[in-house]
Amino acid sequence: MSYVLGLKCRECGEKYPQKGVHVCEVCFGPLEVQYDYAAMRGKVTRESIESKPRNLWRYRDLLPIDGEPKAGLYSGWTPLRRAHNLEKVLGVKELYIKDDSANYPTWSYKERVVSVAITKAIELGYDTVGCASTGNLANSVAAHAAVAGLKAFVMIPHDLEQGKVLGSLIFGPTMVRIQGNYDDVNRLCSEIADKYKWAIVNVNLRPFYTEGAKTFGFEVAEQLGWQLPKHTVCPTAGGTILPKIYKAYQEFIDLGLVADNQPKIYSAQAAGCNPVVEAIRAGHDLIKPQKPKTIAKSIAIGNPADGFYVVQAVKQSGGWGEDATDAEIVDAIKLLARTEGTWTEPAGGTTLAATIKLINSGRIPRDESICVCITGNGLKTVEVVVDQLEPPTSIPPKLDAFDALMATYKAQQAKAPAKVPASV
Amino acid sequence: MAIKIRIPTPLRAVTNGADMVEVQAGTVDEALKHLCGQFTGMEKRLYKQPGELNRFVNIYVNDEDIRFLNNLQTPIKDGDDVSVVPAIAGG
Repeated sequence: MSYVLGLKCRECGEKYPQKGVHVCEVCFGPLEVQYDYAAMRGKVTRESIESKPRNLWRYRDLLPIDGEPKAGLYSGWTPLRRAHNLEKVLGVKELYIKDDSANYPTWSYKERVVSVAITKAIELGYDTVGCASTGNLANSVAAHAAVAGLKAFVMIPHDLEQGKVLGSLIFGPTMVRIQGNYDDVNRLCSEIADKYKWAIVNVNLRPFYTEGAKTFGFEVAEQLGWQLPKHTVCPTAGGTILPKIYKAYQEFIDLGLVADNQPKIYSAQAAGCNPVVEAIRAGHDLIKPQKPKTIAKSIAIGNPADGFYVVQAVKQSGGWGEDATDAEIVDAIKLLARTEGTWTEPAGGTTLAATIKLINSGRIPRDESICVCITGNGLKTVEVVVDQLEPPTSIPPKLDAFDALMATYKAQQAKAPAKVPASV
Repeated sequence: MAIKIRIPTPLRAVTNGADMVEVQAGTVDEALKHLCGQFTGMEKRLYKQPGELNRFVNIYVNDEDIRFLNNLQTPIKDGDDVSVVPAIAGG
């Protein structure tokens, strides 16, 4: 049972059947999955969703697969947590963390898009999958392909963090480090997809892949008790997830599953790679590509394919864009860890840092509900904090030595009370 | 010698399957205009209007995005490689 009607070009409206094609042959615009929403009415309900297992496939009626799910049966349904400690530090009334650093099995939001793409690849008859990746996507493709018994080729920029590299290699894919930045990898993969008949998940399976990102938004709405946060702050790299969270909110509104509170959505980028935030600030929808220079490598995409749709969603919702310097990103990573016990990667630090700036500038009111989208896990990017943390003290195994240490510790505590990072 | 234009899959329906087309030109705009002249239907795929490409068309000259160069007015010479590349999702 599927509500999918086919694919349609977002730019010119040209229609296509479901297949491994990602750009319109008429105008080069991206293709989007079309659903029969009228047929869903009365059938896709809160009860129908609540009756399904707690993984991302509980929203399968709103996902583009025809048969049974073939990947990600344990992915999704990550914690949505009220962040009371952060609320106090930031001086806001109602703050939530949607925590995909806990997304199984490779700890990022990418499980969502990959679960759909791998299922679709199998449905379309591919035996090899691949991706262009800044790390997280490669990890997820490698893991899900291993489970599904598909061959995997993952292509990454040459300078990724070791955790991201090992986090793919352990699953046994063929990994290729490309001597260039992500945009170079992306371009090469477009040519590879042309030449080899593989399912490159974010190239020729892109229309299906991107739909998986909606499950992030569906979960936020359901976990909040079938309502939407007023403000959602989301990181932007290629521009996949932000418009899809907004689409998820709109689909739930249209199906009558949540009330329309006119949710606003905000884009967060690193200051060293902020083409979308620049466009939002300038008030135009032309994205000027950049050469990325930031520690936030997972979101260092200078030529975001869906940047235009991020700008549109932000504008339509009444949201805004904000960026964060590398120092602000590291401060925010530490703040989130020390208040809420979540260790995120720089993309998450970027999102929290941008949220703080949006609150401080008055763009986000302090008395309305806010959801911060955490999309990746800090254990994969230890490099960014390794020199930013106080190293542990080493002592001999003697109580005298520990007593001496405690005396020093107490003296320090008396001098410097608990402090809040400078960027807050 | 000539300018080589690399054609991606979505456009090969228009080029009768050719994945590379050679033209003589002094700028990117001239090269693409020659391409459009040779193949019916190419122009509306590449250009929104004269002088302005469709939003999702990326053009590279020898591996550099023309938006980092001089856009459509980027000068090119014999032996240069021009690639037409569709946009791709993030990763």
